[in-house]
Parts: sequence; C-alpha cells; structure tokens
Amino acid sequence: MIKSRSSWTHRTLMLLLMIYLLLPLLATFLYGFAKEWQTTVLPESWTLEWIREMFKDIRFLEALWTSLYLCLISIALSLAVMLPAVFVITVYLPKWETFMKGLVVLPYAVPGVVAAVGLIRTYSSGPINIAGTAYILIGAYFVVVLPYMYQGIRNSLLTVSAVELLNAAELLGASRMRAFVTIILPNIWPGVIISTLLSFSVLFGEFVLTNMLVGGHIQTIQVYLYQRVGESGHLASAIAISYFLFILVMSTILMKLGKKMNREVER
Amino acid sequence: MKARNRWMLLGLVPFALMVLAFQFAPLLSMLTGSISKSGASGFTFAHYDKIFHSAYYLKAIKNSLLIAVYSSLIGIIVGLLCAYSITRFTPRIRDRLLMLSNMTSNFAGVPLAFAYIILLGNNGVFTLLFKQWGWDIFSGFNLYSWTGLVLVYVYFQVPLALLLLYPSFYGIRDQWREAAALLGASRWQFWRTVGLPMLTPAIFGTLGILFANAMGAYATAYALVGGNYNLLAIRIGSLVAGDVVNQPELGSALAVLLALSTLLAVVLNHKMSKRSQQFTASYASNPNLKRSRSRGRRQGDAVQEGVNP
Repeated sequence: MIKSRSSWTHRTLMLLLMIYLLLPLLATFLYGFAKEWQTTVLPESWTLEWIREMFKDIRFLEALWTSLYLCLISIALSLAVMLPAVFVITVYLPKWETFMKGLVVLPYAVPGVVAAVGLIRTYSSGPINIAGTAYILIGAYFVVVLPYMYQGIRNSLLTVSAVELLNAAELLGASRMRAFVTIILPNIWPGVIISTLLSFSVLFGEFVLTNMLVGGHIQTIQVYLYQRVGESGHLASAIAISYFLFILVMSTILMKLGKKMNREVER
Repeated sequence: MKARNRWMLLGLVPFALMVLAFQFAPLLSMLTGSISKSGASGFTFAHYDKIFHSAYYLKAIKNSLLIAVYSSLIGIIVGLLCAYSITRFTPRIRDRLLMLSNMTSNFAGVPLAFAYIILLGNNGVFTLLFKQWGWDIFSGFNLYSWTGLVLVYVYFQVPLALLLLYPSFYGIRDQWREAAALLGASRWQFWRTVGLPMLTPAIFGTLGILFANAMGAYATAYALVGGNYNLLAIRIGSLVAGDVVNQPELGSALAVLLALSTLLAVVLNHKMSKRSQQFTASYASNPNLKRSRSRGRRQGDAVQEGVNP
C-alpha cells in the first residue's frame, strides 16, 4: 500500500495544498511583525511594536481574561454534568446511545446562528430572563462542547472496559460510587483531558453565539478581534497570531496525548 | 438494572436539564416563534408567506444555497484529490500533513476573514503587488463579492473534506487494483468502475457535511462583508440581534428554513455513512491489517473535530 517514495505528482499536489492552506497564516504572521509592507513580496522593514502594543492594550488583556474564565467555567460545568451522565448511559443504559448519537450530530444540523435565534427567544423574556448575561453564554457553550465531551468520555469508558472493571470492583466488595471515583475516573482521565483541551480550543474560537448572545456586553477574544479588524490591521494581526499560536500549542499537546494513549492501549 | 442501583439515574438529571434548557427549549421556541403573530398571540404562516414573496429574502436564500453548493463541490473535488494523494505517503509524513490540515481547519471565522483581507483585500498584499506588476487579470477580482466569499469558504471546506474523505481510500484495497490491472484495466478504468463507486457513499456523505457547514457559516462572512452581502445566515443574525429593527419572528422563520436545509444535509450524511460502513466493514474486521483499526478511530475523530466557522 505504501510506497517508500511518493511520486512527483503527489508531492507537488501536497506542496500546493500546503502552500494554499498556510499562505493566509503566513501572511497574518508577517503582517503582525511588519513595519512597512506595500508593493513588495516580503515586508520592507520589521518591528515588534504591534506585539508590544497588544500587551499594553488593557482591552485585549481583559478580553483574553474573559475568554479564559468563560471557557474554564463552561468546561468545568460540562465535565461535572457529562461525566456522571455519560457513565450512566454507557454502562447502564446502552439503549439510549441512539438518542445520544442524534444529540451529537445536532450541532451540525443546527448551526450557531439558528441556535442563537432560539436561545434569544427563550431567554430574553419570561421567567428566566438571562439574555445578555454570562449565564446564557455558558449554557450555549455547554451545548457546543457536548459532542466532544460525549465522544471523548464514551470512547475512554469503552477503551478501559468500564463495565468489566466495575463488575470486578463490585465482586471485591466496593460500592458503585466508590468504584466510579477510585477506579473508573483515574482510568479515563487521559481521555477526559483530551476532550477537555479540544473543547477548550473550540470554545476559544467561538464567535457566532458569543457575538449574537452577549456581543454588546461581554467581550471575548474573538469579539475583540472582530472589532479590531476594522481599526488597525497590524495590531489585529498580532492578536490573530497569538490566538493561533495558542491553538497550535493546544493541538500539539492534543496530538502528543492522543499518541501516548493509543500506544498504551495497544500495549 | 438492579433496584439498588436506581439512584445512579440521578446522575442523568443535571444533564437532562441542561440539554432541555439549552438545546430543545430554544429549538421549540424558534419553531413556535416562526408561526406566531408579531406582538400578538395567535398562529399564522404570515412570516413564511412574507419570505416566499419577498425578492430580498429569496435572494438571500438563493445566495446561500449557491455559495454552499459551489464551495462544497470545489471543496470535495480538491479534497478528494488531496485525500488520495495523502494516502500515498508514509504514515509519518501522512500524519504530519493531516495535522497541518487539521490545524488550518481551526483557522476559520474572524481570523480567516482577516487573513484574506490582508492578502487580497482592497489594500491587500497581493492586490497591490498584482497592480504594480500590471497583472490585469486579477483587477476584476473583489474579495468582498461573491467570488471572494466562495474563495474564502473553499479554504475552510478543503481541510474538512480531506479529513473526512481520506479514511475511505483505505477501503480500496491494492489487491483490487492489481486484479484490475491483470485483467487489462487501465488506471482510469479502474477508478471509474471500481474506485469511485466504492467512494460514492463517502463522497455524498461528506458533501452533506460540507453543505451544512457552508450554509451555517456566519462568522467568516460576517467578518468579511458585514451586513452588506445578502446571505441567509447574515439576514437571520441582523433580524434577531438587530442592527436595525428586531423582528425575531421573521428571523425565527428564516432560521427554521436554514435548519431544514442543514438537517436534510446531515440526514444525507447519516444515510451515506451507514452505507459506506457496510462497504468497508469486511476490510475493517480483518485483524491482519493493523491500520484499519486506527482508521476507524480516526474517522470518528474527524467528525468529532467539528466545524465551527
């Protein structure tokens, strides 16, 4: 199947693809460090001014902080809710998995704009009036990361054969609760960390829901970036770059962890 | 389940509450909103009627459909070629390439629109360069127009198509190719009569996801053209979050239409992925081929990677 040397056609095709995919990234990167860049292929002179300005910008730091804590709260909530739920469903109610599978593809069928319309209608009046607050956003984020959390936790439960582990623990006299906390949780932890990181990078890049639900009140890094695009291109570049570097670090960690887990499973 | 374990069901309560409150209640509210009278109680189809008789909203729907179809078709063709190419590399290089494309599929929405503005916007690097070099072919190009939007949409469709398609190429076994060659089939004949038919379910399934992805894409278009370009997602956004006057009921009706189109696409994907699993099941169950195991997992991952433009 695999040839030791790939043919020239394939190499050229991949090279073109990579150029195509990386060019916008590269341009943003260069623009973030460019002092003057007009009518030349590469910038004429370089500067670190934009990066410096970015860190001096109090609104940027605030937006970063807002993004961080909103993501962290949402993910903590999601973990607290999903861990027991997925555990119960996978171990005791396998019949429900069809329903869960439907729930997992819902985000594809219901794009962010549509979800935002419903959320605004439900929560802008009536008994629970939380429109424009962080609560509605955290709820929306919960739904956004639900597929990643479900898949991640479920896959880890299946990989460590949770049912057999539980039966063994029960045979040895442990209560179910104790078995869950002392045996299942430590075993699925690596998988849970992966879905947590994945969810985190997804939420960090969330714009639609954030802008439509709380755009005027709460500024996350994406909303801030959107507002900055019109003002100073170079500064926005610097922000986009730091955002992207963050995502890069995340996905590298994700891949390393994933590989490590695969190796452990295969052993 | 044993009676003494019944209390374990309590673990489902917070989950059910959250899903009801933030997934189903909003959907229901959107559905009822789309058929309720503005500012009064009662039931009406006036909003749908208005949409289907308004040239403006019909244009938005048409624009969205066209852009979704074009970007998905281009995305699938490029994705298909690249997916085939990527399976011809050694696993090490293949994984690197996949990681790079996975990484760029995260690069969507506002940062992506911004990067394209730097490259091809009114004062973009390439725009100015081409002007200086006197390349007139590109002078008609406008990033903030239909062609520009398609270009940017294709950018986030290609990596997604690639990630979703490449596992199915491992379902085409080398033995078949050898057998076909022995029987005198040319490469083209092999692909036309064996290869492509095998891939068809995967191709249509991926098309469904790409279409839904493009129909629902909001951030990229919003950051690129603001409210100026008439797209369904953008219209919904401005009707509900209100740049001008809030018309949540009309917005709901448009949102229902958008959700219908994406739902259909996802159903198509579901049907097709079932069929494609039947095709590849025999191959995946062969324990001698270790790669097939990780293939299954990877396919799951690709779907899981998700779309959030």
